[in-house]
Amino acid sequence: MHNMSIAELGLGLRSKTFSSRELTEHFLRRIATLNPRYNAVITVTEESALASAERSDEQLRNGAGGDLCGIPVLHKDIFCTRNVRTSCGSKMLDNFIPPYDATVVENFADAGAVMLGKTNMDEFAMGSSNETSFYGPVKNPWDITRVPGGSSGGSAAAVAARLGAAATATDTGGSIRQPAALCGVSGLKPTYGRVSRWGMIAFASSLDQAGPIAKSAEDCAILLQCMASYDPRDSTSVERAVPDYRATLNDSVAGVKIGIPKEYFSDGLDPSVEAAVMDSLAALRELGAELVDISLPNSHLSVPAYYVIAPAEASANLSRFDGVRYGHRCDNPVDLEDMYRRSRAEGFGEEVQRRILIGSYCLSAGYYDAYYRKAQQVRQLIRQDFVNAFEQVDIIMGPTCPSPAFKFGAKGDDPVAMYLEDIYTIATNLAGLPGMSVPCGLVDGNPAGIQLIGNYFDEASLLNVAHRLQQATDWHKLQPGGLD
Amino acid sequence: MSLDKDQIHKLATLSRIAIDEATLESVGERLSAVLDLVDQLQAADTTGVEPMAHPLQTTQKLRDDVVSEPNHQEAFQTLSDSMHDGLYLVPKVIE
Repeated sequence: MHNMSIAELGLGLRSKTFSSRELTEHFLRRIATLNPRYNAVITVTEESALASAERSDEQLRNGAGGDLCGIPVLHKDIFCTRNVRTSCGSKMLDNFIPPYDATVVENFADAGAVMLGKTNMDEFAMGSSNETSFYGPVKNPWDITRVPGGSSGGSAAAVAARLGAAATATDTGGSIRQPAALCGVSGLKPTYGRVSRWGMIAFASSLDQAGPIAKSAEDCAILLQCMASYDPRDSTSVERAVPDYRATLNDSVAGVKIGIPKEYFSDGLDPSVEAAVMDSLAALRELGAELVDISLPNSHLSVPAYYVIAPAEASANLSRFDGVRYGHRCDNPVDLEDMYRRSRAEGFGEEVQRRILIGSYCLSAGYYDAYYRKAQQVRQLIRQDFVNAFEQVDIIMGPTCPSPAFKFGAKGDDPVAMYLEDIYTIATNLAGLPGMSVPCGLVDGNPAGIQLIGNYFDEASLLNVAHRLQQATDWHKLQPGGLD
Repeated sequence: MSLDKDQIHKLATLSRIAIDEATLESVGERLSAVLDLVDQLQAADTTGVEPMAHPLQTTQKLRDDVVSEPNHQEAFQTLSDSMHDGLYLVPKVIE
C-alpha cells in the first residue's frame, strides 16, 4: 500500500479494498520499525491518527470525502498542531504545545487527511543537512551515512522511506527542493503568498513558503490543491482563485519553451548531476518542448543577498523567544537581561545564534545601508532577471543542487560551504517565484534532482511539465534499498 | 572583514544572546567568514535600483474593527511555567 500514489490510495479507500484505519495502521507500523534507522519522524500521534482515520472511514462509507480523505500524511514540525508538541527542531520549543492548528494543518484536517505525526527538521528551518536539529540528524534513506538535505529533511526522508503517503514542508531558500532532490522525491515550493503562513513558525517572513513533498508530481498537485487557500489571518496570503492543478497535468508539453540558464551549469556543478539533468531535458525535448538558452546574470549574487535578508528577518522574528511567555527559560536568572541572554543562549543552537548575530549586524546603526538596503537592491536585480527571462520562456529548468547528498560532518565546520548548497534554489525565494524539484537519476547510487522554476502563480505549468516528464521516465519510481 | 571582540560583544547585546568568552574567537571567525561572503554584494552596481522588501506588491488589507477572536488568555498562559493570577512572572526589574 505504501508505494501507491495518492490517487490509487483514494481509489482503494473508495472501493473498500482497504479502510483508512488499515492504511493508517500500516504506516504507523512502518514508522515503528523503520524510523529508528532514519530519525525522520520526531512525534508520532498514533491515538489521534487512528481516531481521525475512523472518522474518515465513516465519511467514505457515506460516499463523502475528497481526494485526501483517509490519506495518512506527516507534517513538518514547523506547523503548529493543537495539543501536539511543535518544536521547530529546537530546544527552545521542546516544551511548546500550541493551543491552535496552522491553516495548512487545518486544511488537511478539513479534507479528512490523517496526521500520523511530525517530521524532524533543521532548527528553525536553518540548515541544508538536518544536522542542526535538537533531536539529532535525519539519515538519508539512500545511504544512512549521508545527509537528507534540509531543512525539510525529515519530510523528504519520510516520503523516500514511505513512512507516510506524503508530507508537508517549508522552503525559505531551498528547504523543500534541496532535500527532495537529495532523497529522490518530488517537492514543490509555491509562489510566495499562495499558501497561508498562519501558524507556521516564522524564519524569514518575506521568503518562507509552505509546500508538499511527495512521491510524484501528480501527488504534489493533489496536495497543493488542499494547501493553497486565501487566508485572511495571513496578511501576505493572496486572494486569487486556486486553479484545478490536476486538470492540466496531462496537457501536452509540445511547444513549451524551457529556459536553460547558463549560470546554473557553471564550475561548481558535479558533471554527473549535469549529465542526469541533461538526460531529463532531452526527454522533454522528445516530447516536443523547446530548449532555449537564457541568462540570469545576477545569479551569483543570490547567496550573498540571501545571507543578509534572511538573517535580518530571522533576528527580528526570533526576538519573540525571550523565555517569558513560552519556550525555554534558564534556571535562576539574576535579572531580566540575564534571563533573556541565557534563555536564548541555552535554547538556540549554534547556527540559529549565528544567523541572529548576522542579522543584528546587518540591521545595526551604520551598517543598514551597506548591507540590508544593498541586499534589497540586489534582490530587485535578481527578480528583474527572472521577469526578463519569462518574456522569452514558459519555465526555467536546471539542477536543484550542485551535487548529490554529502556525508555527515562534511560541511559541519564551514557555514559558507553549507550555504552554497542552496546556490540554485535561493534566487526563486528572493523573487517569490514557484520552484519544484523532481528526481532525474542516480549518481553513484545517490539521487539527483532537476529543478523547475515557473512564473508567478504558475504552479500548474511546473506540475504539468514535471508530470509529463514522470510519464516518460521512471526516475521518480526508484527507491532506496533495504526497504520492502 | 574581521570582527573584533568589542564588536562581537555589541552584537551579543543587540541579539540578547550570552556568548561564552571561551568561544568568542571561533564565533568571530565564523561570523567573519559569512560577512566575507555577503561582502560580494558591494561589487554590484545598484545605482538607482529601488530596494525590494517583499515579493508582492500589495497593500495591507483592512477588516472591520470588531472582535473576531475569542479570548484565549488561559490557553496561552498554560504555556508558561511562571505565572501568577494571570500575570507572567519575571525577575524583578524595579527596585
